[in-house]
Amino acid sequence: MRSMALAVVAMAALCGTGGQLSAQVNKETISVTGAGATFPYPMYAKWFDVYHRLHPNIEINYQSIGSGGGIRQVTEGTVDFGASDGPMNDEQLKAFRGKRGCDILHFPTVLGGVVPTYNIPGVTGEIKFTPAALAGIFLGTVTRWNDPAIANANPDMKLPANNIVVVHRSDGSGTTYIWVDFLSKVSKEWKREVGLGTSVKWPVGLGGKGNEGVSGLVKQTANSIGYVELIYAVQTKLAYGSVQNAAGKFIKADLKSVTAAAAGAAEDIPDDFRVSITNAPGDDAFPIASFTWLLVPDQIKEQAKHKAIVDFLHWMLADGQKMAEALEYAPLPKEVVEKEKKAVEKVH
Amino acid sequence: MNTQPSLSEADRTPEPGAYARTRFRGLVRLGDPLFYGLTLGCAALIIVVTGWLVSQLYIHSAEARHELGWRFLISQNWDPVAGDFGALPFIFGTLVTSVVALLMAAPLGVGTAIFLAEMTPRRLSSFLAFLVDLLAAVPSVIYGLLGIFLLVPLLSSTVVPAMQKVVGFLPIFSGSFFGVSLFSASLVLVIMVVPFIVSISREVLLAVPVEQREASFALGSTHWETVWKVVLPCARRGIYASVFLALARALGETMAVTMVIGNNPQITKSLLAPGYTIAAVVANEFTEATGDLYLSALIELGLVLFGITFVINGLARLLILATGKGLYHHG
Amino acid sequence: MANLIRRRMTNAVMFSMTLICAISVIGVLFFILGYLFWNGGRYLNWDFFTKLPAPVGESGGGMANAIVGSAKLLLLATLIGAPIGLLGGIYLAEFGGRTFPFVVRYVADLLNGVPSIIVGIFAYTVVVLKVRHFSAWAGGFALGIMMIPIALRSTEEFLRQVPRNLREGALALGATRSQMILTVVVPAAMRGILSGLMLDIARVAGETAPLLFTSFGNRFWSEGFNKPTASLPVMIFTYAIGPYEDWHRQAWAAGFVLLAMVLMFNITSRLLMSWRRSR
Repeated sequence: MRSMALAVVAMAALCGTGGQLSAQVNKETISVTGAGATFPYPMYAKWFDVYHRLHPNIEINYQSIGSGGGIRQVTEGTVDFGASDGPMNDEQLKAFRGKRGCDILHFPTVLGGVVPTYNIPGVTGEIKFTPAALAGIFLGTVTRWNDPAIANANPDMKLPANNIVVVHRSDGSGTTYIWVDFLSKVSKEWKREVGLGTSVKWPVGLGGKGNEGVSGLVKQTANSIGYVELIYAVQTKLAYGSVQNAAGKFIKADLKSVTAAAAGAAEDIPDDFRVSITNAPGDDAFPIASFTWLLVPDQIKEQAKHKAIVDFLHWMLADGQKMAEALEYAPLPKEVVEKEKKAVEKVH
Repeated sequence: MNTQPSLSEADRTPEPGAYARTRFRGLVRLGDPLFYGLTLGCAALIIVVTGWLVSQLYIHSAEARHELGWRFLISQNWDPVAGDFGALPFIFGTLVTSVVALLMAAPLGVGTAIFLAEMTPRRLSSFLAFLVDLLAAVPSVIYGLLGIFLLVPLLSSTVVPAMQKVVGFLPIFSGSFFGVSLFSASLVLVIMVVPFIVSISREVLLAVPVEQREASFALGSTHWETVWKVVLPCARRGIYASVFLALARALGETMAVTMVIGNNPQITKSLLAPGYTIAAVVANEFTEATGDLYLSALIELGLVLFGITFVINGLARLLILATGKGLYHHG
Repeated sequence: MANLIRRRMTNAVMFSMTLICAISVIGVLFFILGYLFWNGGRYLNWDFFTKLPAPVGESGGGMANAIVGSAKLLLLATLIGAPIGLLGGIYLAEFGGRTFPFVVRYVADLLNGVPSIIVGIFAYTVVVLKVRHFSAWAGGFALGIMMIPIALRSTEEFLRQVPRNLREGALALGATRSQMILTVVVPAAMRGILSGLMLDIARVAGETAPLLFTSFGNRFWSEGFNKPTASLPVMIFTYAIGPYEDWHRQAWAAGFVLLAMVLMFNITSRLLMSWRRSR
């Protein structure tokens, strides 16, 4: 018994110091914690790691627990900043003000797109989807692949008469938010029947967990269609189709078309940066694109943290943007960057 | 008929509390009451902690309970956007997957435990039990990944079509199969809970005193008769305990289930259709839930699951009581 | 004579069925472990154990902080959950009456059935919200709560298996109740109790959901127990659902390491036990 107790105490001591043995711990290490969206996680992980190398005493720890989680944690004050794929609504802003006594600012970081991915045995080309077709498929009103809604846009393709199997996200997510935001804009029926949110009541389909779950299901299920983030589709080499934008052109998602969507919206972007850019105007714009935001309180009490966050934001708007393309994220258009640089001053 | 060889007074494990009553009259040493108090405190602490947890669930689900009332339990509509929530499909999914999983896991687990305890040489048996224990450590996420990348394709391509040829006329095996389904989730649960049953049952079987077995053999029983009529009844409590633990794990299992169940809140008669469980929907939607009603509805689901666990445990114990002929250890 | 043949046949048939059960279970077991070892072990290198996670797109890097973090969390969980479960189990087996043990066992089973994410939410509400930050304490607390039911139930079962004459012998020699329990009964049941404990630790070692809102996660080292802490299950979860092949490989490797850690706990404790026995 005694020897066991001794062993336990020894282990505890070891664990407690384990971190210290290898860490560069000095009194000035500034630890900043952030939580939120999973969509930009690879980008943020890269940024924070690189930033740490540049400033070894600053550790920005970001965990992807979901946009809603990010909003909630930053409102509760358990993390220093949040991140979300969808802007906070007025109710959440009010809740934040009530709980924390100051306001919260939105800072767009990068852009991403959501693409329709499919698996139809025998069909290898790229399918063109009209907004009406996508809405119909996900509403359950378009049930076969050779339905005129799809076939008319793809006259050279031979689409089978098979039933479409719809795959959507089971977990609440920013990706879903962007997708249904688009559908709500292009389909009155969707807006009325289903609506907008990070989790919705899907009329039809199977639910997969995460982009991984959706792509896994699509890969394994014949005649299926699902939606995933662009970066995911590219990395896992999924086949995805093009979508018709507001100008009538069929655009396949890539970094250029996503940035074009933001450029179109850049002139009218509100001061608080809370804007939806789905179905954006412009010939080259990809219609299912979105900003993703960092949520920063406008008052940060600890001086050290304040300086670290503000410095990081400036760095992100300059050097950080240069790293986006390598990871398949679209960088912000210049106009938005300029506007943001000024907005960073609002963080006290 | 299940007749155990009658055990003499001296060999029966003591009735609970027997010692407490005899010894405590005339107690003078300090150590004993201290120890008694300490152990009692710990046992009571479990009730306290659980009560605390349930009270937190109750408090934080207040908004949903007031807003939705009893409708929550019978409505099939889960609509976060419209703010209307109904728990029935999740209750259905939870019950179906857990019960089906346990119906398969219990015989499988106990059978394996019997084999390991009775038929395998001690070294091999220990080694295998060791490995079975390891299965319990495999993270739920990995079971999910294995489920979706190995089990589901296997089911879609070979197992289910074969099954449907033979028993496809039964309503529970009807309909089209997309791989993810209540059935797949049940199978994954079986794999996840069997280690508990095997591990504990095997230990309990091994702990049955050797004199019992020898007495049975001396009377001319075959090995199986000894196991069935002497060893198992002796080990019965422990085996039940392991099955309860397995049931509890199945009811609360989250990650692995959500990856293979299809996440479709619906009530179907076919096991091959996708479904949804309480634990899965809470895990999926909790981190993104915005809005207080949504959040409290999810927490109310947790409360409902607690209620379900309460009822199932109660029913199971009643069942054991009814078939156990009122053995001196019950519960 | 016909009766004997029938009985022998029943014997053969029943044991064959148990053999089939055993083969299916052990077969699946070997398959899963093998798959994990193969997929995970392949990509394991020294970096994995010594380095921090590398940024996306760069190879190398490892999960050193997650390994230490998981060890810390498991240690806390065991310190919280095991004593309560053990001592509670002792009470139920040695002192209890009829109703109180029944209630405690019932409640323990209920606690065991609470989904891990809800235990996590509970720990979040009770620990994290009070201090306004994530920590290993919160994570250990959540895992500890999850450990209690199994520890309690298995301890009680194995204590009950100890034959009565052992207890009476101790008392006859003049031992007090506590002495009897601690020096005779518990050691007699130690094998089973330890085995139950190992199962318990194994189970919580792989839990992800309770940690998401308690210990949170960390890309860097976390000194002490009061900061957000990385852990293997959370890393596995984050990496497994990410888009990069490299991340998937690391997720499998982490699963392998987690299993290996639990294996080591297991082996060490059994060695300790048999070393004590042989003294």
